[in-house]
Amino acid sequence: MSKRHPLFMPLIFVGGLIFGFGLGFSHMARPEVVLNFLQFEDFGLLFVMGGAAVVTAIAFGVIPRLFDRAPLTGDTYGRRLKSFDRNVLIGGAIFGIGWGLSGICPGAAYASLGVGNVTILWALAGMFVGAYIQGYWRSQRAESRTSTAGAD
Amino acid sequence: MVTELFAPALYESLFPAGISRYAVGGLLVGLGAAVIYLGTGIPAGASTFLESTLSYVSSQSRFQQYVGSRDWRVVFTLGIVAGAAVYALTVQSGLVSSGLYEPGTTGQLYDVGGVSLWLTDVQPWRLFLGGILVGIGTRIGKGCTSGHGVCGVGSGSKTSFVGVLTFLIVAVGTAQIVMALGVSP
Repeated sequence: MSKRHPLFMPLIFVGGLIFGFGLGFSHMARPEVVLNFLQFEDFGLLFVMGGAAVVTAIAFGVIPRLFDRAPLTGDTYGRRLKSFDRNVLIGGAIFGIGWGLSGICPGAAYASLGVGNVTILWALAGMFVGAYIQGYWRSQRAESRTSTAGAD
Repeated sequence: MVTELFAPALYESLFPAGISRYAVGGLLVGLGAAVIYLGTGIPAGASTFLESTLSYVSSQSRFQQYVGSRDWRVVFTLGIVAGAAVYALTVQSGLVSSGLYEPGTTGQLYDVGGVSLWLTDVQPWRLFLGGILVGIGTRIGKGCTSGHGVCGVGSGSKTSFVGVLTFLIVAVGTAQIVMALGVSP
């Protein structure tokens, strides 16, 4: 990690800065706007997710053809491809219930704090609690599996 | 113009706040992800931060697997908070105005030293309980709105398409039920 390019962290910060400004400008950082979308009162949010995905689709398609390796890490350009299993459906459904109840998702919650919404700390606290619950449970399960396998 | 493709009344009911602030904001979200990808090759999502940050305080194996990326994920999140704060200082405060920006009527604006900040009206119990489910679900489901929705879909990942479809449909159903039960805001 000490070999990281000196511009690595500054670039991550600038990327986050643009990302967060966009979430503020689009009002996706406001739970009310997300709830209005999910309640079919304002479909504008489709343009936030769609607009962002169009830009990444172009970037992820074009950049690997222009350059061999990323300048700040030396890594090759890959795509974000995750394996499919039932966790995608189970986790997606649990996330959906939470998103529909609160109107907030992780990135938008960080941005919401930035626009002054201190009340969103409730959601952020909840997200850490939820992430801890599933991580604790899955870590314990992984360990008990390993120890069972070791005993056999 | 997109406006002219619809009957004005229909457009008005589908997009009461117009589409430009949404589209411009979305393009910027994508641009932020693209800048990080161009420099580092990383397709960044926002929800891994929750687990990677827990690795500072918990030795559980599930969190420790993210030790290598936890530092930059903190920087990414601080960037998101700062970027939204720049928006609050400029556009939300009226210092910068644009025909592409529709101010909106949700929540409460309050003033701190000449800067317009914003507060939600959504009740804390909804945020906290919903937050817990978001924390569990995004981590089990391998991604959130940015990981699956922006980077995954942008990668043409079938897993991400299915993930987005799942959380979108369930979220619509949940929000409709909560509204029907008379919970507001």
